[in-house]
Amino acid sequence: MTIKKLMLSGIAAAILSAGAASAEEVKIGIAAEPYPPFSELDSSGNWSGWEIDIINAVCDAAELDCVITPVAWDGIIPSLTGQQIDAIMNSMSITEERLQTIDFSDAYYNTPAVIVADKSMDIEATPESLAGKILGIQASTIHQAYAQEYFPDTELRVYQTQDEANQDLFAGRIDATQADSIAMAEFVNSDAGACCEIKGAVADDPTILGRGVGAGVRKGDDELREALNRGIAAILEDGTHEEITSKYFDASIY
Amino acid sequence: MGPARPTLAQGGADVIDLKALFQPHRIVMMLVFAGVALWCALSLRWDWIPEYLPLALQGIWTTLWLMVASLVLGFLLAVPLGLAQAVGPWYLAAPARAFCTVIRGTPLLLQLWLLYYGLGSLFPQFPWIRSSELWPYLRQAWPYALLALTLSYAGYEGEVMRGAFKGVAKGQLEAAKAYGMPRLTLFRRIWLPQAIRNVLPTLGGETVLQLKATPLVATITVVDIYAVSSRVRSDTFIVYEPLILLAVFYILVAGIIALAFHWLEVRVLGSGQPVRITANTR
Amino acid sequence: MTELLEALGLAKSAELLSLSPPGWGRNLLRGLAHSLQIALGAYALGLVIGLFGAYGKLYGGKVTRDLLAIYTTVIRAVPELVLILILYYVGTDLINKASSAMGGGRVEISGVGAGIWVLGIVQGAYATEILRGAIQAVPPGQIEAAKAYGMPAVMTMRRVTIPAMMSFAVPGLANLWLIATKDTALLAVVGFNELTLETRQAASSTRSYFTFFLAAGALYLMVTLLSGRIFGWIETWARRGQPSLKGGRM
Repeated sequence: MTIKKLMLSGIAAAILSAGAASAEEVKIGIAAEPYPPFSELDSSGNWSGWEIDIINAVCDAAELDCVITPVAWDGIIPSLTGQQIDAIMNSMSITEERLQTIDFSDAYYNTPAVIVADKSMDIEATPESLAGKILGIQASTIHQAYAQEYFPDTELRVYQTQDEANQDLFAGRIDATQADSIAMAEFVNSDAGACCEIKGAVADDPTILGRGVGAGVRKGDDELREALNRGIAAILEDGTHEEITSKYFDASIY
Repeated sequence: MGPARPTLAQGGADVIDLKALFQPHRIVMMLVFAGVALWCALSLRWDWIPEYLPLALQGIWTTLWLMVASLVLGFLLAVPLGLAQAVGPWYLAAPARAFCTVIRGTPLLLQLWLLYYGLGSLFPQFPWIRSSELWPYLRQAWPYALLALTLSYAGYEGEVMRGAFKGVAKGQLEAAKAYGMPRLTLFRRIWLPQAIRNVLPTLGGETVLQLKATPLVATITVVDIYAVSSRVRSDTFIVYEPLILLAVFYILVAGIIALAFHWLEVRVLGSGQPVRITANTR
Repeated sequence: MTELLEALGLAKSAELLSLSPPGWGRNLLRGLAHSLQIALGAYALGLVIGLFGAYGKLYGGKVTRDLLAIYTTVIRAVPELVLILILYYVGTDLINKASSAMGGGRVEISGVGAGIWVLGIVQGAYATEILRGAIQAVPPGQIEAAKAYGMPAVMTMRRVTIPAMMSFAVPGLANLWLIATKDTALLAVVGFNELTLETRQAASSTRSYFTFFLAAGALYLMVTLLSGRIFGWIETWARRGQPSLKGGRM
């Protein structure tokens, strides 16, 4: 009997979960781990942060019914092309590489990439200074692509999340990490990041580091891309973008 | 796939039953399969392979040595664990049993993260660790991967060894004792070899399971073959092709392991069964 | 109580694990509920696949048998993590392509649904082998007797084969259930909010990795021990009317 009940409930669950479909909902994919100050999770399961506010504002302005859907970062593009999500708004820079696979909306922020290391470490954000050191980077990021290109003499450790790289910097397993300047500013101001400081920005290379952060959409999904563009333009124009930014940062990051 | 045939002295190699292989429906299936393989080869993207080949070879090497090293170390640990549970006094049996229960009752992924990130988060509280001699190893990821895989294998195999030690016929041990054989010699000459004979038919399956546990180490930055396929995916945005190759790689290695253990069994026990991968994943 | 925790230096851990915010205990329990839901669904789906697979392997035609052999061999030789990635990305892609080819709209697959489908396929391969072995262990005379009385095939299966094979299948099926619960942890790698991922989120938000991973381990262990107890009862029940086996498993 137990087995039969188990089977029935399982099949019912499988069918029910696969059945519900709605066309209007736009699933905005974000990485499932906290990336402060852009996205943070509280213990009641609510996401908050600069980018979450921006997502809500853009969707409001574009009159889209958006649902925030956490997925694994290193599979976020396959999730988009596999239609598990409809757009990526997760600090993803617009790069040539990515444009071959997906489309992007207009940019909604732009920050440099920096190197963070222990305060006692004498490290600069140059290939020469990083040679022979261990650099932690997050998989599938512009930082991974950049480090692979510019730091040939550095040992690279690839993490699934930036958070794990920060954790290992804190534990001392890596000498430095390369990541977004704002996220790193937040990290070095936290308890865990007290060990470390920003050593400087890496030399820019727009083909790898991209031209700002935009919302990623499937190729050919022009309707959604244009809707998001309208939303982004609207919040830039009416001051919502600035208002949200001033809640988190001292200076504009657009 | 056929039933186990008693192999006579044929140099250890199994003769493939050609007749069974060339039944009409199998020929059709092979043709279909060849067609799919050809379609994959022609219409999917494989141009990334030359660039990533050196990295992939390194990854394969990492996967294999992690597997072999953890099997050897894990087995060495499983023998005392099994012995303690089978005949040990309660103060040895209870901890051994608890260890096996905990290892078998929790996901390996969680064990791995607890060892790597959990321990790592405690390092800054003990500044002397960084100046200790072990620090160069503690900084690396592979010692944690090896430790987690070893403990996991020891936990599963310890349970198997418990049964194996119990399964050795009492009469043999008593006979050896009656001849006045010292206890250590008895263990080394009679008890352990008999127990290993008992577990031999399950070892092939356990080895394949260990192989299947290795890709988890990629989540703590060890660059095994799985990590290389993730790297290809993130560099080139090609999703399926690296995954397909990865699956083929594991199937090949699992096949080689199955054949090797079958051969070993035939050599040691005189007869062998096809290796069964029983339901017992980590 | 509080003083005791304080004395042991566990006050901070207790606070982190408390059920009401700012404690993260509730998140872990929610993750556990998701894990169990996926495990239960996948297990049920696996049993259905396994039952058909076992029948196919035993009584099916040549082609069915060969196809099933390929299915069980491939699934059992490839790491679950790799299978999960392949089935997760390919599966939803295929379903959507099929749906749009038939002129339908997009099919949305919830996280739980995808998890059930992915793990169910994996479980099905193991279940096929377990059930096949169990059916083979049933004395053929029992099934032949049912046939001789003119019992229809489905009724034979329901009234004779399945009850008679249960006692042979339960130990294997108990093991399979434990695998189902532990395999849900692998879904953390594709971003499902089951127990392991909730644990990781809590750990990285609070930086208390050690506390949370230990707590999650305790939860998994509780599920394992409890399941062991329940399957023990089921086995006793399945074995009713059979001579007791000396030295049977706990």
